[in-house]
Amino acid sequence: MLITAGHIIRFLERVAYTMHTQREELTQLDANIGDADHGTNLDRGFAAVVSKLPTVADKDVGTILKTTGMTLISTVGGASGPLYGTAFIRAAGVLAGVETVNPEQLVAALEAALEGVQTRGKAQRGEKTMIDAIAPGVDVLKAAQGTDEPFLAVAERALAAVEAGMQATIPMLATKGRASYLGERSIGFQDPGATSSFYIAQALFAMLQEAVAQAEVVS
Amino acid sequence: MKKLINTVEDVVKESLEGMAAAHADLIAVHYDPDFVVRADAPIAGKVGIISGGGSGHEPMHGGFVGKGMLDAACPGAIFTSPVPDQMLEATKAVNGGAGVLHIVKNYTGDVMNFELAAELAQAEGIEVAAVIVNDDVAVKDSTWTAGRRGVGTTVLMEKIVGAAAEGGANLAECTRIATKVNDHGRSMGMALTSCIVPANGKPTFDLGENEMEIGVGIHGEPGRTRMELKSAREIVEIMAEAILTDLPFASGDNVLAFVNGMGGTPLIELYIVYNELAKICAAKGITIARHLIGDYITSLEMAGASITLLKLDDELTRLWDAPVHTPALRWGA
Repeated sequence: MLITAGHIIRFLERVAYTMHTQREELTQLDANIGDADHGTNLDRGFAAVVSKLPTVADKDVGTILKTTGMTLISTVGGASGPLYGTAFIRAAGVLAGVETVNPEQLVAALEAALEGVQTRGKAQRGEKTMIDAIAPGVDVLKAAQGTDEPFLAVAERALAAVEAGMQATIPMLATKGRASYLGERSIGFQDPGATSSFYIAQALFAMLQEAVAQAEVVS
Repeated sequence: MKKLINTVEDVVKESLEGMAAAHADLIAVHYDPDFVVRADAPIAGKVGIISGGGSGHEPMHGGFVGKGMLDAACPGAIFTSPVPDQMLEATKAVNGGAGVLHIVKNYTGDVMNFELAAELAQAEGIEVAAVIVNDDVAVKDSTWTAGRRGVGTTVLMEKIVGAAAEGGANLAECTRIATKVNDHGRSMGMALTSCIVPANGKPTFDLGENEMEIGVGIHGEPGRTRMELKSAREIVEIMAEAILTDLPFASGDNVLAFVNGMGGTPLIELYIVYNELAKICAAKGITIARHLIGDYITSLEMAGASITLLKLDDELTRLWDAPVHTPALRWGA
Protein backbone atom coordinates (compact mmCIF):
# COMPACT_ATOMS: atom_id res chain seq x y z
CA MET A 1 0.00 0.00 0.00
CA LEU A 2 1.28 3.42 -0.92
CA ILE A 3 -0.18 6.82 -0.08
CA THR A 4 -0.05 9.36 -2.86
CA ALA A 5 -0.40 13.12 -2.92
CA GLY A 6 -3.97 12.58 -4.12
CA HIS A 7 -4.75 10.57 -0.96
CA ILE A 8 -3.26 13.30 1.22
CA ILE A 9 -5.34 15.95 -0.54
CA ARG A 10 -8.53 13.99 0.04
CA PHE A 11 -7.48 13.45 3.66
CA LEU A 12 -7.18 17.22 4.14
CA GLU A 13 -10.52 17.80 2.43
CA ARG A 14 -12.10 15.23 4.76
CA VAL A 15 -10.59 16.98 7.79
CA ALA A 16 -11.94 20.34 6.58
CA TYR A 17 -15.39 18.83 6.03
CA THR A 18 -15.40 17.29 9.52
CA MET A 19 -14.21 20.49 11.19
CA HIS A 20 -17.01 22.31 9.41
CA THR A 21 -19.73 19.84 10.36
CA GLN A 22 -18.43 19.40 13.94
CA ARG A 23 -17.71 23.09 14.41
CA GLU A 24 -20.57 23.66 16.89
CA GLU A 25 -19.71 20.56 18.89
CA LEU A 26 -16.02 21.50 19.20
CA THR A 27 -16.91 25.06 20.15
CA GLN A 28 -19.36 23.82 22.80
CA LEU A 29 -16.71 21.51 24.27
CA ASP A 30 -14.40 24.54 24.39
CA ALA A 31 -17.13 26.68 26.00
CA ASN A 32 -17.28 24.16 28.86
CA ILE A 33 -13.67 24.55 29.90
CA GLY A 34 -12.10 27.17 27.62
CA ASP A 35 -13.08 30.15 25.55
CA ALA A 36 -15.54 28.80 23.00
CA ASP A 37 -13.57 29.22 19.78
CA HIS A 38 -12.00 25.85 18.95
CA GLY A 39 -14.53 24.78 16.30
CA THR A 40 -14.70 28.24 14.73
CA ASN A 41 -10.92 28.49 14.53
CA LEU A 42 -10.31 25.03 13.04
CA ASP A 43 -13.14 25.43 10.56
CA ARG A 44 -11.60 28.71 9.38
CA GLY A 45 -8.08 27.22 9.25
CA PHE A 46 -8.85 24.01 7.36
CA ALA A 47 -11.13 25.89 4.96
CA ALA A 48 -8.09 28.08 4.19
CA VAL A 49 -6.00 24.92 3.71
CA VAL A 50 -8.50 23.51 1.21
CA SER A 51 -8.47 26.77 -0.74
CA LYS A 52 -4.65 26.49 -0.98
CA LEU A 53 -4.63 22.84 -2.10
CA PRO A 54 -5.03 23.50 -5.86
CA THR A 55 -1.71 25.40 -5.81
CA VAL A 56 0.18 22.36 -4.43
CA ALA A 57 -1.84 19.43 -5.79
CA ASP A 58 0.95 18.46 -8.21
CA LYS A 59 3.69 18.73 -5.56
CA ASP A 60 5.24 16.07 -3.31
CA VAL A 61 3.60 15.02 -0.06
CA GLY A 62 6.09 17.01 2.04
CA THR A 63 5.27 20.24 0.22
CA ILE A 64 1.53 19.68 0.63
CA LEU A 65 1.87 19.06 4.36
CA LYS A 66 4.23 22.01 4.85
CA THR A 67 1.80 24.32 3.08
CA THR A 68 -0.96 22.94 5.29
CA GLY A 69 1.05 23.67 8.45
CA MET A 70 2.01 27.19 7.38
CA THR A 71 -1.59 27.96 6.44
CA LEU A 72 -2.89 26.71 9.79
CA ILE A 73 -0.35 28.86 11.68
CA SER A 74 -1.40 31.89 9.61
CA THR A 75 -5.16 31.45 9.90
CA VAL A 76 -6.20 29.53 13.04
CA GLY A 77 -4.77 31.61 15.88
CA GLY A 78 -5.20 30.50 19.48
CA ALA A 79 -3.06 27.65 20.69
CA SER A 80 -4.39 25.13 18.20
CA GLY A 81 -2.97 27.08 15.22
CA PRO A 82 0.69 26.84 16.29
CA LEU A 83 0.16 23.30 17.62
CA TYR A 84 -1.49 21.73 14.58
CA GLY A 85 0.65 23.90 12.31
CA THR A 86 3.81 22.61 13.97
CA ALA A 87 2.51 19.02 13.74
CA PHE A 88 2.01 19.26 9.97
CA ILE A 89 5.34 21.04 9.43
CA ARG A 90 7.22 18.39 11.41
CA ALA A 91 5.48 15.61 9.46
CA ALA A 92 6.41 17.48 6.27
CA GLY A 93 10.04 17.45 7.40
CA VAL A 94 10.01 13.65 7.51
CA LEU A 95 8.27 13.42 4.14
CA ALA A 96 10.18 16.17 2.30
CA GLY A 97 10.43 15.35 -1.40
CA VAL A 98 8.48 12.11 -0.95
CA GLU A 99 6.02 11.26 -3.77
CA THR A 100 4.46 8.14 -2.25
CA VAL A 101 4.39 7.31 1.45
CA ASN A 102 4.76 3.78 2.82
CA PRO A 103 3.50 2.74 6.27
CA GLU A 104 6.94 3.09 7.92
CA GLN A 105 7.26 6.65 6.63
CA LEU A 106 3.73 7.47 7.77
CA VAL A 107 4.46 6.25 11.29
CA ALA A 108 7.70 8.24 11.38
CA ALA A 109 5.83 11.36 10.23
CA LEU A 110 3.14 10.93 12.90
CA GLU A 111 5.82 10.40 15.54
CA ALA A 112 7.51 13.65 14.46
CA ALA A 113 4.16 15.43 14.52
CA LEU A 114 3.53 14.29 18.10
CA GLU A 115 7.00 15.42 19.17
CA GLY A 116 6.34 18.79 17.55
CA VAL A 117 3.12 19.26 19.52
CA GLN A 118 4.85 18.28 22.76
CA THR A 119 7.73 20.69 22.15
CA ARG A 120 5.59 23.63 21.05
CA GLY A 121 3.02 23.12 23.81
CA LYS A 122 5.54 22.12 26.50
CA ALA A 123 3.02 19.47 27.47
CA GLN A 124 3.16 15.79 28.31
CA ARG A 125 0.57 13.04 28.56
CA GLY A 126 -2.05 13.27 31.27
CA GLU A 127 -2.51 17.05 31.11
CA LYS A 128 -5.89 16.95 29.31
CA THR A 129 -4.67 18.04 25.88
CA MET A 130 -4.58 16.76 22.30
CA ILE A 131 -1.46 14.79 23.28
CA ASP A 132 -3.65 12.44 25.30
CA ALA A 133 -5.44 11.43 22.10
CA ILE A 134 -2.50 11.43 19.68
CA ALA A 135 0.12 9.66 21.80
CA PRO A 136 -1.77 6.38 22.41
CA GLY A 137 -2.38 6.08 18.66
CA VAL A 138 1.30 6.60 17.87
CA ASP A 139 2.15 4.01 20.56
CA VAL A 140 0.04 1.37 18.79
CA LEU A 141 1.58 2.16 15.40
CA LYS A 142 5.13 1.96 16.74
CA ALA A 143 4.56 -1.22 18.74
CA ALA A 144 3.26 -3.01 15.63
CA GLN A 145 6.27 -2.15 13.49
CA GLY A 146 8.14 -5.24 12.35
CA THR A 147 5.15 -7.54 12.95
CA ASP A 148 3.19 -9.11 10.11
CA GLU A 149 -0.16 -7.66 11.19
CA PRO A 150 -1.76 -5.93 8.17
CA PHE A 151 -1.21 -2.18 8.44
CA LEU A 152 -4.91 -1.38 8.09
CA ALA A 153 -5.66 -3.60 11.09
CA VAL A 154 -2.93 -1.85 13.08
CA ALA A 155 -4.34 1.52 12.04
CA GLU A 156 -7.81 0.48 13.15
CA ARG A 157 -6.43 -0.38 16.59
CA ALA A 158 -4.55 2.93 16.63
CA LEU A 159 -7.76 4.82 15.86
CA ALA A 160 -9.49 3.01 18.72
CA ALA A 161 -6.60 4.02 20.99
CA VAL A 162 -6.98 7.65 19.92
CA GLU A 163 -10.71 7.50 20.67
CA ALA A 164 -10.07 5.91 24.06
CA GLY A 165 -7.41 8.57 24.75
CA MET A 166 -9.88 11.29 23.87
CA GLN A 167 -12.48 9.83 26.23
CA ALA A 168 -9.85 9.43 28.93
CA THR A 169 -9.47 13.22 29.03
CA ILE A 170 -12.95 13.50 30.62
CA PRO A 171 -11.90 12.67 34.20
CA MET A 172 -8.52 14.43 33.83
CA LEU A 173 -7.52 17.63 35.60
CA ALA A 174 -6.32 20.17 33.04
CA THR A 175 -2.84 21.51 33.77
CA LYS A 176 -2.07 23.13 30.41
CA GLY A 177 -3.92 25.65 28.30
CA ARG A 178 -6.91 27.75 29.20
CA ALA A 179 -8.79 24.87 30.84
CA SER A 180 -6.12 24.77 33.56
CA TYR A 181 -7.48 28.04 34.98
CA LEU A 182 -10.54 26.11 36.11
CA GLY A 183 -8.57 23.78 38.34
CA GLU A 184 -10.83 21.01 39.66
CA ARG A 185 -13.73 22.34 37.64
CA SER A 186 -12.02 21.15 34.45
CA ILE A 187 -12.75 17.56 35.55
CA GLY A 188 -15.72 15.91 33.85
CA PHE A 189 -15.39 17.53 30.43
CA GLN A 190 -13.84 16.05 27.29
CA ASP A 191 -10.92 18.07 25.98
CA PRO A 192 -11.77 19.89 22.72
CA GLY A 193 -8.20 19.55 21.38
CA ALA A 194 -8.22 15.80 21.97
CA THR A 195 -11.56 15.69 20.19
CA SER A 196 -10.35 17.53 17.08
CA SER A 197 -7.29 15.25 17.06
CA PHE A 198 -9.61 12.24 17.02
CA TYR A 199 -11.42 13.70 13.98
CA ILE A 200 -8.08 14.08 12.20
CA ALA A 201 -7.21 10.48 13.10
CA GLN A 202 -10.56 9.34 11.69
CA ALA A 203 -9.78 11.11 8.42
CA LEU A 204 -6.33 9.50 8.37
CA PHE A 205 -7.90 6.07 8.79
CA ALA A 206 -10.38 6.77 6.01
CA MET A 207 -7.43 7.72 3.80
CA LEU A 208 -5.68 4.42 4.58
CA GLN A 209 -8.85 2.45 3.82
CA GLU A 210 -9.03 4.19 0.46
CA ALA A 211 -5.34 3.58 -0.29
CA VAL A 212 -5.62 -0.11 0.62
CA ALA A 213 -8.81 -0.57 -1.40
CA GLN A 214 -7.16 0.98 -4.44
CA ALA A 215 -4.01 -1.16 -3.97
CA GLU A 216 -6.20 -4.29 -3.98
CA VAL A 217 -7.90 -3.23 -7.19
CA VAL A 218 -4.53 -2.66 -8.83
CA SER A 219 -3.03 -5.97 -7.66
CA MET B 1 -28.28 37.10 20.27
CA LYS B 2 -28.87 40.84 20.02
CA LYS B 3 -25.83 42.76 18.83
CA LEU B 4 -25.27 46.03 17.04
CA ILE B 5 -23.41 44.50 14.11
CA ASN B 6 -23.79 43.94 10.39
CA THR B 7 -22.52 40.43 9.90
CA VAL B 8 -20.79 38.12 12.37
CA GLU B 9 -17.87 37.59 9.98
CA ASP B 10 -17.11 41.31 9.66
CA VAL B 11 -17.20 42.38 13.32
CA VAL B 12 -13.44 42.77 13.83
CA LYS B 13 -12.72 44.24 10.40
CA GLU B 14 -15.52 46.81 10.47
CA SER B 15 -14.60 47.90 13.96
CA LEU B 16 -10.99 48.44 12.80
CA GLU B 17 -12.29 50.43 9.83
CA GLY B 18 -14.25 52.60 12.25
CA MET B 19 -11.17 53.22 14.36
CA ALA B 20 -9.18 54.15 11.28
CA ALA B 21 -11.90 56.54 10.16
CA ALA B 22 -12.14 58.17 13.59
CA HIS B 23 -8.48 58.45 14.52
CA ALA B 24 -6.56 58.99 11.28
CA ASP B 25 -4.44 61.62 13.05
CA LEU B 26 -3.11 59.01 15.50
CA ILE B 27 -3.24 55.61 13.87
CA ALA B 28 -3.37 53.71 10.61
CA VAL B 29 -4.87 50.28 10.16
CA HIS B 30 -3.14 47.69 8.02
CA TYR B 31 -5.25 44.79 6.73
CA ASP B 32 -4.29 41.22 5.86
CA PRO B 33 -2.44 40.76 8.07
CA ASP B 34 -4.38 43.02 10.43
CA PHE B 35 -2.62 45.44 12.73
CA VAL B 36 -3.12 48.94 14.10
CA VAL B 37 0.00 51.09 13.85
CA ARG B 38 1.01 54.59 14.89
CA ALA B 39 0.46 57.02 12.06
CA ASP B 40 4.07 58.22 12.39
CA ALA B 41 5.72 54.77 12.56
CA PRO B 42 8.50 53.80 12.36
CA ILE B 43 10.25 56.35 14.55
CA ALA B 44 13.99 56.26 13.99
CA GLY B 45 15.98 55.33 17.07
CA LYS B 46 12.91 54.57 19.24
CA VAL B 47 12.19 51.11 20.62
CA GLY B 48 8.95 49.84 19.08
CA ILE B 49 6.36 48.59 21.58
CA ILE B 50 3.87 46.03 20.29
CA SER B 51 1.06 44.15 21.93
CA GLY B 52 -1.80 42.08 20.67
CA GLY B 53 -4.36 39.51 21.56
CA GLY B 54 -7.85 38.41 20.79
CA SER B 55 -10.42 41.06 19.93
CA GLY B 56 -13.35 41.69 22.25
CA HIS B 57 -11.29 43.53 24.90
CA GLU B 58 -11.63 47.01 23.42
CA PRO B 59 -10.19 49.53 23.85
CA MET B 60 -7.24 47.17 24.55
CA HIS B 61 -5.02 46.95 22.50
CA GLY B 62 -5.79 49.02 19.40
CA GLY B 63 -7.11 51.93 21.44
CA PHE B 64 -3.73 52.26 23.11
CA VAL B 65 -1.74 52.83 19.94
CA GLY B 66 -0.32 56.34 19.70
CA LYS B 67 2.15 58.75 21.21
CA GLY B 68 3.57 57.56 24.53
CA MET B 69 2.02 54.10 24.46
CA LEU B 70 1.96 51.33 21.82
CA ASP B 71 3.51 51.55 18.37
CA ALA B 72 1.32 48.74 17.07
CA ALA B 73 -1.40 46.36 18.17
CA CYS B 74 -2.34 43.04 16.58
CA PRO B 75 -6.00 42.07 16.94
CA GLY B 76 -6.97 38.42 16.56
CA ALA B 77 -10.46 37.10 16.00
CA ILE B 78 -12.69 37.61 19.03
CA PHE B 79 -11.03 35.97 22.05
CA THR B 80 -8.53 34.25 19.75
CA SER B 81 -4.87 35.14 19.74
CA PRO B 82 -3.55 36.84 16.61
CA VAL B 83 -1.40 34.82 14.20
CA PRO B 84 2.38 35.22 13.78
CA ASP B 85 2.05 36.95 10.38
CA GLN B 86 0.39 39.90 12.13
CA MET B 87 3.11 40.36 14.76
CA LEU B 88 5.85 39.85 12.20
CA GLU B 89 4.51 42.54 9.85
CA ALA B 90 3.76 44.89 12.77
CA THR B 91 7.28 44.37 14.12
CA LYS B 92 8.74 45.29 10.75
CA ALA B 93 6.43 48.31 10.46
CA VAL B 94 7.52 49.81 13.81
CA ASN B 95 11.18 48.86 13.77
CA GLY B 96 13.08 52.13 14.00
CA GLY B 97 16.42 50.38 14.39
CA ALA B 98 16.37 50.23 18.20
CA GLY B 99 14.59 46.89 18.48
CA VAL B 100 11.03 45.92 19.28
CA LEU B 101 9.44 44.84 22.57
CA HIS B 102 6.49 42.43 22.50
CA ILE B 103 4.07 42.72 25.42
CA VAL B 104 2.35 39.33 25.64
CA LYS B 105 -0.47 38.33 27.95
CA ASN B 106 0.11 34.89 29.40
CA TYR B 107 -2.29 32.72 27.44
CA THR B 108 -1.04 29.57 25.78
CA GLY B 109 -2.06 30.70 22.29
CA ASP B 110 -0.78 34.26 22.62
CA VAL B 111 2.59 33.07 23.92
CA MET B 112 3.05 30.53 21.11
CA ASN B 113 2.03 32.90 18.32
CA PHE B 114 4.24 35.73 19.63
CA GLU B 115 7.15 33.27 20.02
CA LEU B 116 6.80 32.18 16.41
CA ALA B 117 6.65 35.82 15.26
CA ALA B 118 9.71 36.76 17.32
CA GLU B 119 11.68 33.87 15.80
CA LEU B 120 10.70 35.01 12.30
CA ALA B 121 11.52 38.68 13.00
CA GLN B 122 14.89 37.78 14.49
CA ALA B 123 15.61 35.70 11.39
CA GLU B 124 15.05 38.92 9.44
CA GLY B 125 17.58 40.75 11.58
CA ILE B 126 15.26 42.66 13.94
CA GLU B 127 16.13 42.62 17.62
CA VAL B 128 13.03 41.45 19.53
CA ALA B 129 12.47 41.08 23.27
CA ALA B 130 9.28 39.85 24.93
CA VAL B 131 7.72 40.40 28.33
CA ILE B 132 4.91 38.14 29.55
CA VAL B 133 2.16 39.69 31.68
CA ASN B 134 0.83 37.28 34.32
CA ASP B 135 -0.87 39.26 37.07
CA ASP B 136 -4.15 37.42 37.73
CA VAL B 137 -4.11 36.23 41.34
CA ALA B 138 -7.23 34.12 40.71
CA VAL B 139 -5.04 31.54 39.01
CA LYS B 140 -2.60 29.52 41.01
CA ASP B 141 0.89 30.04 39.64
CA SER B 142 2.12 26.50 39.67
CA THR B 143 3.16 23.67 37.42
CA TRP B 144 -0.49 22.61 37.59
CA THR B 145 -1.74 25.49 35.45
CA ALA B 146 -0.66 27.34 32.33
CA GLY B 147 0.40 30.03 34.81
CA ARG B 148 -1.34 33.21 35.77
CA ARG B 149 -3.28 35.05 33.09
CA GLY B 150 -2.36 38.50 31.89
CA VAL B 151 -5.16 40.94 32.71
CA GLY B 152 -5.37 44.52 34.05
CA THR B 153 -1.66 45.11 34.56
CA THR B 154 -1.28 44.84 30.78
CA VAL B 155 -2.90 48.26 30.31
CA LEU B 156 -0.63 49.84 32.92
CA MET B 157 2.46 48.20 31.41
CA GLU B 158 1.61 49.44 27.94
CA LYS B 159 1.28 53.01 29.24
CA ILE B 160 4.40 52.95 31.40
CA VAL B 161 6.71 51.19 28.94
CA GLY B 162 5.31 53.30 26.12
CA ALA B 163 6.37 56.39 28.04
CA ALA B 164 9.83 54.94 28.64
CA ALA B 165 10.30 54.20 24.94
CA GLU B 166 9.01 57.65 23.99
CA GLY B 167 11.60 59.10 26.37
CA GLY B 168 14.42 57.29 24.62
CA ALA B 169 14.91 54.18 26.79
CA ASN B 170 16.70 51.39 24.95
CA LEU B 171 15.34 47.85 24.50
CA ALA B 172 17.02 46.49 27.64
CA GLU B 173 15.66 49.40 29.70
CA CYS B 174 12.16 48.97 28.29
CA THR B 175 12.31 45.26 29.09
CA ARG B 176 13.50 45.97 32.64
CA ILE B 177 10.70 48.48 33.26
CA ALA B 178 8.05 46.20 31.76
CA THR B 179 9.24 43.37 33.99
CA LYS B 180 9.10 45.66 37.01
CA VAL B 181 5.50 46.62 36.23
CA ASN B 182 4.56 42.95 35.95
CA ASP B 183 6.35 42.13 39.21
CA HIS B 184 4.57 44.96 41.04
CA GLY B 185 1.05 44.51 39.59
CA ARG B 186 -1.71 42.17 40.75
CA SER B 187 -5.30 41.80 39.53
CA MET B 188 -8.53 39.92 40.07
CA GLY B 189 -11.82 39.97 38.20
CA MET B 190 -15.43 39.01 38.78
CA ALA B 191 -18.48 38.67 36.55
CA LEU B 192 -22.20 39.19 37.02
CA THR B 193 -22.98 37.86 33.55
CA SER B 194 -21.28 35.91 30.81
CA CYS B 195 -20.79 37.37 27.35
CA ILE B 196 -21.79 36.31 23.86
CA VAL B 197 -19.08 35.65 21.28
CA PRO B 198 -20.76 36.75 18.02
CA ALA B 199 -19.68 33.60 16.14
CA ASN B 200 -21.34 31.44 18.80
CA GLY B 201 -24.51 33.41 19.33
CA LYS B 202 -25.08 32.32 22.90
CA PRO B 203 -23.51 33.04 26.29
CA THR B 204 -20.24 31.21 26.96
CA PHE B 205 -21.52 30.22 30.39
CA ASP B 206 -24.75 30.63 32.30
CA LEU B 207 -25.01 32.46 35.58
CA GLY B 208 -28.15 32.32 37.65
CA GLU B 209 -29.99 35.46 38.72
CA ASN B 210 -28.35 35.37 42.16
CA GLU B 211 -24.95 34.05 41.15
CA MET B 212 -21.60 35.60 40.35
CA GLU B 213 -18.32 34.22 39.09
CA ILE B 214 -15.23 35.17 41.09
CA GLY B 215 -11.78 35.03 39.53
CA VAL B 216 -13.19 35.25 36.03
CA GLY B 217 -10.87 35.76 33.07
CA ILE B 218 -11.31 38.19 30.21
CA HIS B 219 -12.48 35.70 27.60
CA GLY B 220 -15.87 34.82 28.99
CA GLU B 221 -14.23 31.74 30.41
CA PRO B 222 -15.61 30.65 33.75
CA GLY B 223 -13.66 31.65 36.86
CA ARG B 224 -12.49 29.70 39.86
CA THR B 225 -15.60 29.75 42.00
CA ARG B 226 -19.24 30.53 41.57
CA MET B 227 -21.02 31.96 44.55
CA GLU B 228 -24.16 33.71 45.61
CA LEU B 229 -24.22 37.37 44.70
CA LYS B 230 -23.05 39.63 47.52
CA SER B 231 -22.92 43.37 48.15
CA ALA B 232 -20.26 45.46 46.41
CA ARG B 233 -18.55 45.88 49.79
CA GLU B 234 -18.25 42.12 50.34
CA ILE B 235 -17.18 41.46 46.74
CA VAL B 236 -14.45 44.11 46.84
CA GLU B 237 -13.28 42.73 50.18
CA ILE B 238 -12.84 39.28 48.63
CA MET B 239 -10.96 40.66 45.61
CA ALA B 240 -8.83 43.14 47.56
CA GLU B 241 -7.86 40.51 50.11
CA ALA B 242 -6.65 38.17 47.35
CA ILE B 243 -4.67 40.96 45.69
CA LEU B 244 -3.21 42.61 48.78
CA THR B 245 -1.96 39.40 50.36
CA ASP B 246 -0.42 38.13 47.14
CA LEU B 247 2.32 40.68 46.42
CA PRO B 248 2.03 41.42 49.37
CA PHE B 249 1.17 45.11 49.55
CA ALA B 250 2.12 46.70 52.85
CA SER B 251 1.38 49.76 54.93
CA GLY B 252 3.27 52.74 53.53
CA ASP B 253 3.05 51.57 49.92
CA ASN B 254 1.99 53.94 47.17
CA VAL B 255 -0.21 52.25 44.60
CA LEU B 256 -1.98 52.88 41.34
CA ALA B 257 -5.54 51.59 41.75
CA PHE B 258 -7.19 50.50 38.51
CA VAL B 259 -10.91 49.69 38.66
CA ASN B 260 -11.85 48.25 35.30
CA GLY B 261 -15.27 47.60 33.82
CA MET B 262 -15.74 44.37 31.83
CA GLY B 263 -17.85 46.09 29.16
CA GLY B 264 -21.38 45.87 30.58
CA THR B 265 -20.93 47.59 33.93
CA PRO B 266 -22.19 51.14 34.40
CA LEU B 267 -19.69 53.70 35.67
CA ILE B 268 -21.90 54.36 38.68
CA GLU B 269 -21.11 50.83 39.88
CA LEU B 270 -17.38 51.15 39.13
CA TYR B 271 -17.22 54.16 41.44
CA ILE B 272 -18.95 52.12 44.18
CA VAL B 273 -16.19 49.53 43.70
CA TYR B 274 -13.53 52.24 43.83
CA ASN B 275 -15.07 53.68 47.00
CA GLU B 276 -14.88 50.31 48.77
CA LEU B 277 -11.34 49.74 47.51
CA ALA B 278 -10.22 53.18 48.69
CA LYS B 279 -11.61 52.48 52.19
CA ILE B 280 -9.80 49.13 52.37
CA CYS B 281 -6.51 50.65 51.21
CA ALA B 282 -6.82 53.53 53.69
CA ALA B 283 -7.46 51.10 56.54
CA LYS B 284 -4.28 49.20 55.60
CA GLY B 285 -2.15 52.35 55.37
CA ILE B 286 -1.79 52.03 51.60
CA THR B 287 -1.90 55.29 49.66
CA ILE B 288 -3.69 55.36 46.33
CA ALA B 289 -1.34 57.78 44.59
CA ARG B 290 -2.83 57.35 41.11
CA HIS B 291 -6.00 55.76 39.80
CA LEU B 292 -7.69 54.71 36.59
CA ILE B 293 -11.42 53.99 36.47
CA GLY B 294 -13.39 52.87 33.43
CA ASP B 295 -13.65 50.25 30.68
CA TYR B 296 -10.12 49.57 29.42
CA ILE B 297 -9.81 45.78 29.20
CA THR B 298 -13.22 44.33 28.54
CA SER B 299 -14.92 41.05 27.70
CA LEU B 300 -17.48 42.19 25.14
CA GLU B 301 -20.74 42.96 27.01
CA MET B 302 -19.87 41.09 30.21
CA ALA B 303 -21.08 42.79 33.38
CA GLY B 304 -18.42 42.72 36.04
CA ALA B 305 -15.25 44.41 37.10
CA SER B 306 -11.63 43.78 37.81
CA ILE B 307 -9.31 45.44 40.28
CA THR B 308 -5.61 45.93 39.63
CA LEU B 309 -3.16 47.35 42.13
CA LEU B 310 0.30 48.41 40.98
CA LYS B 311 2.92 49.26 43.59
CA LEU B 312 4.48 52.53 42.50
CA ASP B 313 7.97 53.91 42.90
CA ASP B 314 9.28 57.24 41.60
CA GLU B 315 10.21 55.80 38.22
CA LEU B 316 6.85 54.16 37.57
CA THR B 317 4.95 57.22 38.82
CA ARG B 318 6.92 59.54 36.54
CA LEU B 319 6.33 57.29 33.54
CA TRP B 320 2.61 56.95 34.36
CA ASP B 321 2.30 60.75 34.48
CA ALA B 322 4.16 61.26 31.18
CA PRO B 323 2.11 62.53 28.23
CA VAL B 324 0.03 60.02 26.29
CA HIS B 325 -2.16 60.51 23.26
CA THR B 326 -4.05 57.47 21.99
CA PRO B 327 -7.69 56.91 21.00
CA ALA B 328 -8.56 55.58 24.47
CA LEU B 329 -6.09 57.20 26.86
CA ARG B 330 -4.95 60.80 26.70
CA TRP B 331 -3.37 63.29 29.06
CA GLY B 332 -0.60 65.87 28.94
CA ALA B 333 -0.51 65.81 25.14
